[in-house]
Amino acid sequence: MAKYLLLKHYRGAPAPENDVPMDRWTPNEVDAHMQYMSDFATKLQGTGEFVDGQALAPEGLWVRYDGEGRPPVTDGPFAETKDLIAGWMIIDVDSQERAVELAGELSAAPGAGGRPIHEWLEVRPFLGLPPDYPA
Amino acid sequence: MIDPVELRALVPRVLVVLVGRGVDFASAEDAVQEALIRALASWGEGPPADPTGWLVTVAWRAHLDRVRSDAARRDREDRVDAEPPPGVVPGTDDTLQLYFLCAHPDLTPSSAVALTLRAVGGLTTRQIADAYLVPEATMAQRISRAKRTVAAAGLDRPGDVATVMRVLYLVFNEGYTGDVDLAAEAIRLTRQLSALLDEPEVRGLLALMLLHHARRASRSGPDGRIVPLAEQDRTRWDTDLVAEGVAILQAALAQDRLGEFQAQAAIAALHADAQRVEDTDWVQIVEWYDELLRCTDTPVVRLNRAVAVGEADGPRAGLAALADVPDDVPRREAVAAHLHERDGDLEQAARLYASAARNAPNQLERDHQIRQAARVNEQLRRQDR
Repeated sequence: MAKYLLLKHYRGAPAPENDVPMDRWTPNEVDAHMQYMSDFATKLQGTGEFVDGQALAPEGLWVRYDGEGRPPVTDGPFAETKDLIAGWMIIDVDSQERAVELAGELSAAPGAGGRPIHEWLEVRPFLGLPPDYPA
Repeated sequence: MIDPVELRALVPRVLVVLVGRGVDFASAEDAVQEALIRALASWGEGPPADPTGWLVTVAWRAHLDRVRSDAARRDREDRVDAEPPPGVVPGTDDTLQLYFLCAHPDLTPSSAVALTLRAVGGLTTRQIADAYLVPEATMAQRISRAKRTVAAAGLDRPGDVATVMRVLYLVFNEGYTGDVDLAAEAIRLTRQLSALLDEPEVRGLLALMLLHHARRASRSGPDGRIVPLAEQDRTRWDTDLVAEGVAILQAALAQDRLGEFQAQAAIAALHADAQRVEDTDWVQIVEWYDELLRCTDTPVVRLNRAVAVGEADGPRAGLAALADVPDDVPRREAVAAHLHERDGDLEQAARLYASAARNAPNQLERDHQIRQAARVNEQLRRQDR
């Protein structure tokens, strides 16, 4: 098994095909989307591939050490142009193909008009040998 | 098999016995935890005839084993007397002291919560860790640091009842995530505290918890989504809990020493009293919010008061009341959105709901506010047609 981090971005990802802000969808479309996301997580828990999922607030700042006895330097809130992560899901799967397949499925979540959003998700393998590496 | 809640109810007494025998609080607490874990593992066939005595004996032995191995490590030949010193009969005051100790003013709120749940509530470290979604090792460290803090601070300055109540209210609001129902646990501990202490605010807190708990089944939909008070199925409210909460509140109010928890419970009782949402006595609720403001003038109280004013005197009055609430108070935009919607300003409402969703404090509220924004935007599109 190998772990993968699926990252969803508020900003910084290429624009999705079906790019309508969620508050402009119909209430039924919103419900359908949330049902899809919930079903997806439930399914992964059922297959034993779900590890963790969390959402992040759309704010934050950069921080760095500024020398002995001085408070850390902060920069932020993040500028509008900066990449901003919205949340993650960690999955534990048998192959990279499976990770890609699942990310594709997540990206197919329905949006405006009931059509898939085609949202771009970032897939990042955890450090470690690939699962199919010969013993 | 003993009911785990009944088992946990024995924990403070066992702990008090050990402390009464001269064992320091931190070691006694470790020993009781060990006895508790053994009880959970070995009482499958049924509890012993005297469960408290069993726990005291096992905890005492666990303590002696530890002292012996410590002594051996120090390469000493001192023999530890295996006979317990004359037992001090624990009284209710000792259990009360335990509450105060676990909510010591030197502890951070998260440490006080963890220590209270373990030493007074009798939960295992793993259960507490699960409930707060942190690794067990992290929770174990938090608890042992809390015990060191309490030991270093000494017992001369224990917490006060106000801190204890804040800790219990924090636990209550956590709800339940793991296999332990923290809200029910907070109610149990507050009930126990209320029996130890004749204090109207403790009764007020207990009443508040019961009245909120009574609505739990109706607060969320089948998929976990938030169901606002106005839309809840009131036939699903637990009338026994409501009746108990109201009776406890009335007894507290009769003592004529009003405090914030009694005022909040009074507001909850007025909601519980309304068979239909349109029966709600908003005028009286606003009066109780005014009382609450006199007890504790916080932005959150002002925010909630603005909602009540909006219902009692109309949305314009609600918006005027909202002017006293700073912009950065969580959920302010959601309240403003609701008031603008009732005032007929749908564009402003939709914009504020969307913004409330972006700034929501958790996923469930975010989903709720997005649904509100989508609903109002759809209404706007219909109007344009």
